[in-house]
Amino acid sequence: MANYTLHINNKNYRVEVEEDTPLLWVLRDNLGLVGTKYGCGIAQCGACTVHLNGTAVRSCVLPVSAIGAKKITTIEGLSANGEHPVQKAWSELDVPQCGYCQAGQMMTASAFLSKNPKPSSEQIEEAMNGNICRCGTYHRIREAVALAATKRK
Amino acid sequence: MAGGGLLLSFRWTNALAAPLPESAAGEVSFNSYLSISPDNVITILSPNPEVGQNIKTSFPMIVAEELDADWKNVKVVQANLDTQKFNRQATAGSGAMQHSWDRLRKAGATARLMLMEAAAKRWNVSSATLTTENGFVWHKESGRKLNYGALATEAATLPVPTEVKFKAKKDYKLIGKPIHNVDNAEMITGKPLYGLDVYREGMLLAMIERPPFGTKIKSADVAAAKAMPGIVDVVIFKDKVAVVGKSTWQVTKARKLLKVEYEPDGAVESTTDHDRLMKQLLDKQDVKPSRKDGDVEAVFKTAAKLITREYQAPFLSHACMEPMNFFAHVRSDGVELIGPAQLPEDTRKNVAKLLGVDIEKITLEMTRMGGGFGRRQRSDYSMEAAELSSLLKAPIKVMWTREDDMRGGQYRPAMIYRFQAALDADGNWIGYRMRGVGVNSGNSTRPDHFPAGAVPNFLVDSIDHKSPITTSPWRAPSENFLGFAEQSFFDEIATAANRDPIEYRLAYLEKAKKSPVGAVKYDIDRMKGVIELVAEKSGWGKNKKAFQGFSAYFSHGSYIAQVAEIEMQNGNPVLKKMVAAVDCGVVVNLSGAYQQVKGGIIDGLGHALYGEVTLKDGVPDQKNFDTYRLIRMKEVPDVEVHFVESTINPTGLGEPALPPAAAALANAFFKATGKRLYNQPFTKEEAMKGGKFG
Repeated sequence: MANYTLHINNKNYRVEVEEDTPLLWVLRDNLGLVGTKYGCGIAQCGACTVHLNGTAVRSCVLPVSAIGAKKITTIEGLSANGEHPVQKAWSELDVPQCGYCQAGQMMTASAFLSKNPKPSSEQIEEAMNGNICRCGTYHRIREAVALAATKRK
Repeated sequence: MAGGGLLLSFRWTNALAAPLPESAAGEVSFNSYLSISPDNVITILSPNPEVGQNIKTSFPMIVAEELDADWKNVKVVQANLDTQKFNRQATAGSGAMQHSWDRLRKAGATARLMLMEAAAKRWNVSSATLTTENGFVWHKESGRKLNYGALATEAATLPVPTEVKFKAKKDYKLIGKPIHNVDNAEMITGKPLYGLDVYREGMLLAMIERPPFGTKIKSADVAAAKAMPGIVDVVIFKDKVAVVGKSTWQVTKARKLLKVEYEPDGAVESTTDHDRLMKQLLDKQDVKPSRKDGDVEAVFKTAAKLITREYQAPFLSHACMEPMNFFAHVRSDGVELIGPAQLPEDTRKNVAKLLGVDIEKITLEMTRMGGGFGRRQRSDYSMEAAELSSLLKAPIKVMWTREDDMRGGQYRPAMIYRFQAALDADGNWIGYRMRGVGVNSGNSTRPDHFPAGAVPNFLVDSIDHKSPITTSPWRAPSENFLGFAEQSFFDEIATAANRDPIEYRLAYLEKAKKSPVGAVKYDIDRMKGVIELVAEKSGWGKNKKAFQGFSAYFSHGSYIAQVAEIEMQNGNPVLKKMVAAVDCGVVVNLSGAYQQVKGGIIDGLGHALYGEVTLKDGVPDQKNFDTYRLIRMKEVPDVEVHFVESTINPTGLGEPALPPAAAALANAFFKATGKRLYNQPFTKEEAMKGGKFG
């Protein structure tokens, strides 16, 4: 067991966990931030995607000891009240079905758009291809990423 | 349906903060579904399990429609299991809408009449002079109006009308509109909604090692696991080993130290065994037909052409994105269950039986589910939670990892079908025979489907091989593969008869209508309707750029025809587009309906192309998404959906779009390449090497 101070959603959290604990389980078990989902545990599905210093990472394979002072953003911290352009677009196009994968989809999309604000359709597909949606909401996800791009200031 | 009395308060756990109405103080109940507060909050309970089929939104829309409520004032609340108030709180067989349509309409319509009656009394006018609109009762003559909240307390004490007239479809304001998912705000901000999100004070986490199919525990050394930090106990029960601890990661690590040996306990089967057994059963004699018209044997002997084809399907994982999990707290005074269940009533019954507890002492809270696809119709995982909580006398959440889900769970049965068709010298279809063989598949056929009624000599039977490999319903059970097999075969028959497949199908549907052979249990006009619509919308036969494949299927009360379009790119076939025409009766929620059809098609294509679980000595070869491939964004074609305008009461929509999808693709593939696909997954077929499929 070791102590860590984590910078998550602009707040500091102190946790005592084993060094190899993946960030996903620290978020869910220790901090009650359950918006980040478990889907596969091997970085294949993208349900656990969060931002580390603004870059999309898979929290299910990221040991807490590797984070250091880097800033973490989860779906709960993407915006205060769901007003991030990606969240607005998701809502406007009524994207979710079961909804389970959507936090990961939105975290991937928001990190992508911050690096590529005006993506082509092919670039969107490339960026989102790592996130599985078992319900098959792929069309709306693609449209929502494109719509979010138009909403960014 | 008596009025008055407070609605049972909604009870979520501390971690599961459900969106409560901003204010609903003093609300009065009109019936099981509906209550209204004096400050005009219209609370509608949505009783059915939500797996992504959007029932939580669609059900309340129907109540609100007949109530003439303003949707902006409606708060939707997920009901828990309550067999006193509701029946059929079930997600199965795409049957919810068909079952509840009239009940929901009645709930809204009777309350509307009660509100009008209350206004009539208040204003001392005849209720016949009143109208309702958007949450208000109006007396147009005098220009007076009152919102429902102002009338609710009075109205709820009035007798519930026994006869109501429902709205005509033309007057609908909500039904048929794209109303957004009521959980969107919670989902897009990451609020706790799912079973896996349940955390309670003192709760322990459990993961369970399950035996390979057909085996039992020979020996188990659990000492090392038990000694690990954070581990509370290691429990052996029913040939399973549960590691119970304080955190997910500690349990995960300790579990790896278990040393469990297994020994055979019945048949230990591999995929090679199933392949051999199923082939043998295809030739079995003296099987009782499930439908027989005319004399197939005789006509096969004299036919000008006899076509025989076989189609084979592997086991599939349901692969719900949220793996199986359940929370149970068995106390001396009762049992608390929380989690994902498609058949919560079954879950409660099974837990009551397992623990020997009075069913009335068990509560079950229904969480939103990260997919279901039939997997969560089983209670195996909820019973595990209940059993462990009972043994350890603590609140417990059982969690399956993805590997557990894929290896120790439930599968779409492996199946094989043999079809035979006889044509006379003029290409007339005079005989049809089909046999389905499956592993724990039950009846894998649908004996009254087309061409029943259209072909004079007809025989269908099925054989079920009993196996230790557990199976369960998987979105459109049997039909998820039968649809592909049958619709591919029909395409071959039309080709053999030198006829266009759509023209040929329509001709035989017409034949079944004019001179039916035996009973016809599908609606010929609805079937023809979707076929004609898909032909028109896809430009069937006129599109020179694409190779088009056709299929049409009836299931769960609905009719869907599809056309797949393949284009050649650099000499390779690429699936570009799917066009679907759908008759599901009245479309309740247009946004959700599009999702069900598009998602069903994508699901059908994805699993046909990539999905496969194979077994070696009772152990699945696939463990996770690295070896069990699900369709991804880049592999998805455009999908265009057209709904038939209909006034028929709604029929199923969660499943019907899936079965025909793979056949449309396979038939287009044949047009493009001259090669037929018979076995799934397609990407393993020699015929499909190359192209944007693999």
